[in-house]
Amino acid sequence: MKKIILALTAFSLISGLTVMAQASPQSDLKEFRSYFKKKFPSIKFDEYQNGMYALPVAADRRAEWEAIMDFPPYELSLEKGKRFWDKNKLATCFKNGGKGIAHKYPRWDKKSGEIRTLIADINSCLVKKGKKPIKNLKKGKMAQVEAYVRSMARGKRIKPDVDFSNKKALAVYEKGKQFYWARRGQLNFSCASCHVANAGKRVGGNILSAGLGHTAGFPVYRSKWGGLGTLHRRYGGCNKQVRAKPLKAQSDAYIALELYETYMSTGIPLAAPSQRF
Amino acid sequence: MRYTAQIIAGASALAIILGSTFFPTVTFAGGELPSKKVCKSATDAAVKGGCVATDRKKGNCAACHTFKGLEKTRLQAGNIAPPLVAIKQRFPDKAKLRTQIYDATVANKNSMMPPFGRHKILSGEEIDNIVEFLYTL
Ligand code: HEC
Ligand code: HEC
Repeated sequence: MKKIILALTAFSLISGLTVMAQASPQSDLKEFRSYFKKKFPSIKFDEYQNGMYALPVAADRRAEWEAIMDFPPYELSLEKGKRFWDKNKLATCFKNGGKGIAHKYPRWDKKSGEIRTLIADINSCLVKKGKKPIKNLKKGKMAQVEAYVRSMARGKRIKPDVDFSNKKALAVYEKGKQFYWARRGQLNFSCASCHVANAGKRVGGNILSAGLGHTAGFPVYRSKWGGLGTLHRRYGGCNKQVRAKPLKAQSDAYIALELYETYMSTGIPLAAPSQRF
Repeated sequence: MRYTAQIIAGASALAIILGSTFFPTVTFAGGELPSKKVCKSATDAAVKGGCVATDRKKGNCAACHTFKGLEKTRLQAGNIAPPLVAIKQRFPDKAKLRTQIYDATVANKNSMMPPFGRHKILSGEEIDNIVEFLYTL
């Protein structure tokens, strides 16, 4: 494989950019939802929490997945995450001791003037306690702790606590939206090429999930990974698939992308952690 | 957001319909898709083109298209794009076919098909060979 990386040279957005540029997050959300409602009229809104298993074309894989979810392979990781959480008394940094709050992430932090992910807040809590922050933000300890916190909000409907009337917060959202719709990599695909335009289709043997609900199940356990992986680990994988350069987990661009994808999934019940192939 | 995506979706809806009714009944006019062994010492342009088309690190055309011969391989065809059938009849102009592979966005600005030539995924010669291969389909 040639390692020519043409990330963003082929920058082009799916048409309608002018309309999009003036759109508000609220109107984007409305359009995103109604697109999928039209595309898959038989799928109930809440079902999108299950990733590609929500799709009728994945019906035959669904039974197998449900059987796995009866005895989920991530139980041990979740237990480890809880132990780390308890040992380091991380509950003291979070509202309500961290219970039932994860569906509000990413959140806008007024004080610092930043969008904060749950992972960023976990690490700054560690630092506040004089501990070392967790380095690997794609798998291992961080994925375990994050899985534990998000599991405490299972079933709560996604609702990022972000004030879009704030210009800075809105700018992060716009950046994420642009990342989502821009073509990149040698293969010249945008996220939307696969997860909007071709959701429900197959690339080779892989069914493409709908972008709606994308963040609900993360972190996910994949046999391919042999453990839990965070959302940004998946982003890296999807960037590599199109032969674009993967970015660092918790980089500004991926945080923006997480905000956009999460906001587009507003209202979907959290289903974290989950299992994927 | 104006989902121009729908144009693509239209094309691939056709692919699904054709794909399911067509696929099992495809008959084999020519030989089979070239094996790895054949590819190592191939000299014929069409055969070499078949090698590039089925190489997952090169054309990987089967990720999106189905075409005859695939059913005898381990490759799993995707259903994003229309099946590659009767190419000679539908692309009597070879240059036009070549352009479709070199840069699919010429014919359809929003094409999902990677611009194999423009993005240097394949060389000019590899694309020429693929054109010969497609003419056998
Ligand atoms: C070439 C096609 C392709 C492109 C382009 C692509 N993805 Fe994916 N993506 C996949 C496939 C295949 C999977 C695995 C099956 C699935 O869940 O959709 C996947 C899975 C995912 C998942 C996990 C869904 C789940 O429920 O487990 C997320 C999140 C995701 N992609 C986001 C993105 C983002 C964001 C981008 C753009 C940066 C992107 N993808 C670009 C093909 C693609
Ligand atoms: C990621 C998806 C994808 C891949 C990979 C892909 N194509 Fe395509 N192809 C498409 C789509 C979608 C179309 C439909 C027209 C359009 O949107 O450009 C198409 C159209 C075509 C057409 C015109 C077919 C017709 O009936 O008009 C030809 C010929 C073609 N592709 C050949 C190839 C060859 C050869 C390869 C591999 C070297 C390839 N394609 C790889 C997506 C793909």
